[in-house]
Amino acid sequence: MGALRLTLVRHLAGAAAGLVALYVLTTSVGPYRDLQIAQAAYLTCAVAGLTVLTGLGGQISLGHGAFMAVGAYTAALVSAHWGWPLAAMLAAAAVVTALAGVLVGAVAARLQGPYLAGATLAFAVGLPGLANYSHLTGLLGGQNGLTVTPPVPPAALGETFPLERWQAWIACLGAVVTLFLLANLTGGRFGRTLRAGRDDEIAAALCGLRVARLRIAATVVSAACAGLAGGLLAVVATLAAPGAFPLTLSLQLIAAVIIGGLGTLPGAVWGALILVFVPSWASDAASSSGLSHDVASNLPLAIYGLVLIAVTLAFPRGLQGGLRGIGGAARRRLPPSVRRFAPGGGAPGVPATHRGGADEPTTDQASVPDPEGAGGRDDDGGGGAGGRGERLRR
Amino acid sequence: MVRFVNLTLAGITQGAVFAAVALALVLIWRATRVVNFAQGGMLMFTTFLAWTVVHDGGSYWLALGVALASGLVIGAVAERVLVRPVEGGPPLNAVIVTLGLYVLLQAAAGMIWGDTPHSYPPAFTIKGLSAGGTRLLLSPFDLFVIGAVALVMAALTVLFVRTGLGLKLRAAAFAPEIARLQGVRVGRMLTLGWALAALVGSLAGVLIAPSVFVGPSQFDAMLVFGFTAAVIGGLDSPAGAVAGGLLLGCALSYVSGYISSDLVTFGALAALITVLMVRPNGLFAARTGRRV
Repeated sequence: MGALRLTLVRHLAGAAAGLVALYVLTTSVGPYRDLQIAQAAYLTCAVAGLTVLTGLGGQISLGHGAFMAVGAYTAALVSAHWGWPLAAMLAAAAVVTALAGVLVGAVAARLQGPYLAGATLAFAVGLPGLANYSHLTGLLGGQNGLTVTPPVPPAALGETFPLERWQAWIACLGAVVTLFLLANLTGGRFGRTLRAGRDDEIAAALCGLRVARLRIAATVVSAACAGLAGGLLAVVATLAAPGAFPLTLSLQLIAAVIIGGLGTLPGAVWGALILVFVPSWASDAASSSGLSHDVASNLPLAIYGLVLIAVTLAFPRGLQGGLRGIGGAARRRLPPSVRRFAPGGGAPGVPATHRGGADEPTTDQASVPDPEGAGGRDDDGGGGAGGRGERLRR
Repeated sequence: MVRFVNLTLAGITQGAVFAAVALALVLIWRATRVVNFAQGGMLMFTTFLAWTVVHDGGSYWLALGVALASGLVIGAVAERVLVRPVEGGPPLNAVIVTLGLYVLLQAAAGMIWGDTPHSYPPAFTIKGLSAGGTRLLLSPFDLFVIGAVALVMAALTVLFVRTGLGLKLRAAAFAPEIARLQGVRVGRMLTLGWALAALVGSLAGVLIAPSVFVGPSQFDAMLVFGFTAAVIGGLDSPAGAVAGGLLLGCALSYVSGYISSDLVTFGALAALITVLMVRPNGLFAARTGRRV
């Protein structure tokens, strides 16, 4: 109980610190940067949801852009037709997308690895295409999409309060709340059982976990985050159009997950920051360098590709994993009395051997080392199966 | 009835190209267990090289040769330089590296050739043939497309099944450690596998170029449909890739002809989900037991 409260207090403190930092940051920069912060914030929601699904649940999804589209269109529709207030609009975006997540999750729970990747890829391409279908253009606005009335900053903030800062605040609040909820959710029973189902589906099922249901639940949670992200996108961009949800968006989200560090929430923040600020920095650099138009307009894309490759090669466990590695190396230099209090290498993070899910179960089992050599010391004759059970009860 | 026949013919032509892209993905998946997202970028780049040859007055066949040769080189270099370091690591990392390569190739093509799409000439006329007074949706060029893909498939089958090199390639893909013990240079075989796959992909690029035009992002749909076809057929089976490609081509042709061309991508999603719900590992997947 004490530990539970401690975790909750720690997460609350983290959320509060994040909000204060974001307040200071957003008020000290101009409207353009505020808008970028807002973008990074809503992308953080989507990436954090995806990292839970892919990192902890072992289910790859290349279709989260489509979930964002569902959220954005829901937000735009409820705001246009029923004039719902902002909070209700975002809640509707999350709830409707979560319902879509039930459907997708039920399909996805049967699939594995590249088959799941293919199905979600088709989802990412197929769903936004619906907006162009001639029978739906009346409802969804076709290629031009639906416009969303921009949110009005409260009068208490003053006449001259910039809209972009207000949008940034909304998006940042959404991101912090999402991260707070996900941190609590994944730190507890849900995250533990999800990891068990990822590492060994059969052993988890033998322990009484319903792996398929768990995966559907993970997809629903993840979809709700992406839906919220889509709703926030609609608020920030004041538009929900199919062009905002190309295949590249879905691929960028999964790239952000891997670059940040698979399965870690801080990694999700890193990934989202890279998604927004690397291309923006690169295009600033390109436009001021006096290169020809073709080169300058494609330079951000090239730098983005290079960053993807370089970070993946240099930090196989993502930026967060790399930072942790550096922190661990620094800690090992400290005297043992200090080191005792530092969280050890056995912390329940993402094991380095986790292979994402795009591989066969048999090779996965072979590659996961048996912790404490439990299988070897087992006297009950259970052999390898006993060892795997041991790992789950840990 | 004529409409149905025409749609089927168009579907088969389109499906042949999907099948080639799917085959490129399957070859790489079998060899290195990597889904090569850079395939779309690689075939785009080689098609641009071919376009440059045609644009500078070279013949169609010279351009095709340039595309195929550059495909071999790009595939081999990509495997050796970028994919080798992440092989054996977490599989998603390899996916992200190929994704990075795709973005990089797209940017490079934009820098060199600009972002506006260019037209690409077909090898033969695209005017439809007539049969008994009715104009068919099948032109000599379409026949060439189907024939070229079939020829490459036959050549690959002969290579993999009938030659010593093919045996080594298969051994390196299925049991790398045992193959290494038998003296097969597994690394070299993997590089060769990637090169062959990229060659097939670059053929698909040149064949589809007259209808989609040549631009940095014109071939994105090819990757999506090729991957969908590969998944429908089962990623471990080259025959499945071909069947999946033809099935998908026909399905999309019917959706576009009978319902609406706006629903083509949604039709691909529906076809894929239908197949995967019945057979979660694709149509042609070998039955695999799970070790408990």
